[in-house]
Amino acid sequence: MLKHIISGKAFVLGNDIDTDQIIPAAHLVYKLDDPEERKNYGAFALSGVPAAQSGLPVGGIPFIGEGTWQSEYTIVIGGKNFGCGSSREHAPVALNIAGIEAVVAESYARIFYRNSVDGGFVAPFETSEHLYREIRTGDDLTLDTQACTLENTTQRKTYALRPLGDIEAILRAGGVFNYARETGMIETK
Amino acid sequence: MAMTITEKILANHSNKKEAKPGDNLWIDVDVLMTHDVCGPGTFGIFKKEFGPGAKVWDRDKVVIIPDHYIFTSDKHARRNIEILRDFVKEQDLPHYYDVDSPRYKGVCHVALPEEGFTRPGEVLFGTDSHTCTAGAFGEFATGIGNTDAAFVLGTGKLWVKVPATMKFVFEGTLPKYLMAKDLILTAIGAVGVDGATYRTMEFSGSTIDAMSMEDRMTLCNMVIEAGGKNGICVPDATTIDYVRARTQKEFECFYNDDDAQYYSVHRFNVRDIEPTVAKPHSPDNKARVSEVAGTKLDRAYIGSCTGGKISDFVAAAEILRGQHVAIDTFIVPATTDVERAINTITVDGKTIMQVFRDAGCRIGEPSCAACLGGPTDTFGRLNGVEVCISTTNRNFPGRMGSPKSQVYLASPYTVAASAVKGVITNPREFFE
Repeated sequence: MLKHIISGKAFVLGNDIDTDQIIPAAHLVYKLDDPEERKNYGAFALSGVPAAQSGLPVGGIPFIGEGTWQSEYTIVIGGKNFGCGSSREHAPVALNIAGIEAVVAESYARIFYRNSVDGGFVAPFETSEHLYREIRTGDDLTLDTQACTLENTTQRKTYALRPLGDIEAILRAGGVFNYARETGMIETK
Repeated sequence: MAMTITEKILANHSNKKEAKPGDNLWIDVDVLMTHDVCGPGTFGIFKKEFGPGAKVWDRDKVVIIPDHYIFTSDKHARRNIEILRDFVKEQDLPHYYDVDSPRYKGVCHVALPEEGFTRPGEVLFGTDSHTCTAGAFGEFATGIGNTDAAFVLGTGKLWVKVPATMKFVFEGTLPKYLMAKDLILTAIGAVGVDGATYRTMEFSGSTIDAMSMEDRMTLCNMVIEAGGKNGICVPDATTIDYVRARTQKEFECFYNDDDAQYYSVHRFNVRDIEPTVAKPHSPDNKARVSEVAGTKLDRAYIGSCTGGKISDFVAAAEILRGQHVAIDTFIVPATTDVERAINTITVDGKTIMQVFRDAGCRIGEPSCAACLGGPTDTFGRLNGVEVCISTTNRNFPGRMGSPKSQVYLASPYTVAASAVKGVITNPREFFE
């Protein structure tokens, strides 16, 4: 379910973050429905991002601490074309398992966007601002999913986000299955 | 209302008279394809949502083709194959191409057409972004995630936002040294890696009309590298002959209306196109081969859904016959059918396979292999700082293995010519 307020620390990335960077292909082998094994997706989330681009503007910041599977960050900030590449749903799942609740980027590759929404894994917000050049990794953020605003409490700045549009109902339902049940498309369990 | 071929197929599959860009439609699915990487996750969601005893919506419309991590000792990867087998048995699915069996095929996007599952006018979804390859057959085909695939497995339907169409027109006779890969790298370079996001890339013009199905597949395969939702070619006699030879199933061809609306039109004369590469680390990082000629290489790789088809190896053999490679050169047929063909087709009285062996190439088993890196024991995987020239479709950081490696994407001609010289080489040198 989409929360009204999402708050936590920012992890900042640049343009064209592809799904091989989000979760490298060698790791697409763990069972998603095994509660212990699926933690591996958190442990290796964003492990394919080249070190210099990991945690902008400084870089060299690991998304996941050594020996853990959950990140201290809650919101990922990206540039354009976030999530390009493969259709692997493991990408938004890995971010979700690591503890990411929302991504704010200038634009998305469509399969990543769709997977995020239909699985209800992370809320993909768009903005016309070049946020990855302003927000610093570790800044405290508050995202209001109804007002569609992103407040950087560290830097005392607030940015407008684009309304979610058609997909909002699916995200608020918690994914395409819940949405289809609510709208009578498929039978209630 | 005038419609494009993509709009017509989506209208037809949602029982609407018309479909226009931006419409959200629930559409009926003709084929759902999955493989070893995404099948297990898809089946898990299917059971969770529809119940442990649920049955798939239509056994005849589900196609399962293991291809990604096949020839590896990785125990998790092996377990994925077992999960596929269990599901196929439980659901009694007829279209499964098991590993270690005579039915094994290899790369799904090449196997689907070979087995007659790509038909004009249909809707194909697959749990792989390169499912767009099948648009070459005049159908709507695109990649989806596990959740959407599980939804299709249970209902036979999926919501789709109708994409606007960008038309790419190629005119002229393809010169001997150019291949479909040069054209699609040119198109991606022109619009950028997100230049077609949410949209259809339609290919037409006299160059496309003269192309084989395999070459049209090369074009449609890489529309995802520009962010495209689907690629499509209008079906013609070439399409119908190919499909008719492989399936008895009825299909309906759709065509563009004369006054259909396009988001944009991009025109190219193939006379103006040179052999082309995408430099590291992005498929839109386009350069003419002549601009990067002489770049030192460690490895050449010929394989994958976009560059491991029969015609790709026939092309490579034209260059490699009587030559010896200067760098490690990996040959990976996409499917067992492709492997059989290169063991049968001859050049100068030798099979293509023998040409490759005599040239010093290393030959792998049909599968996705190192195109996407995979487990560390994967054939051809880049495990270090290698610089590789490859006929595959992606050169993101770490895509073929190590994040320290570098990948140049190019046509089979360019890759073979570069393998012989050990540096990036213009294939025109071999034809003049």
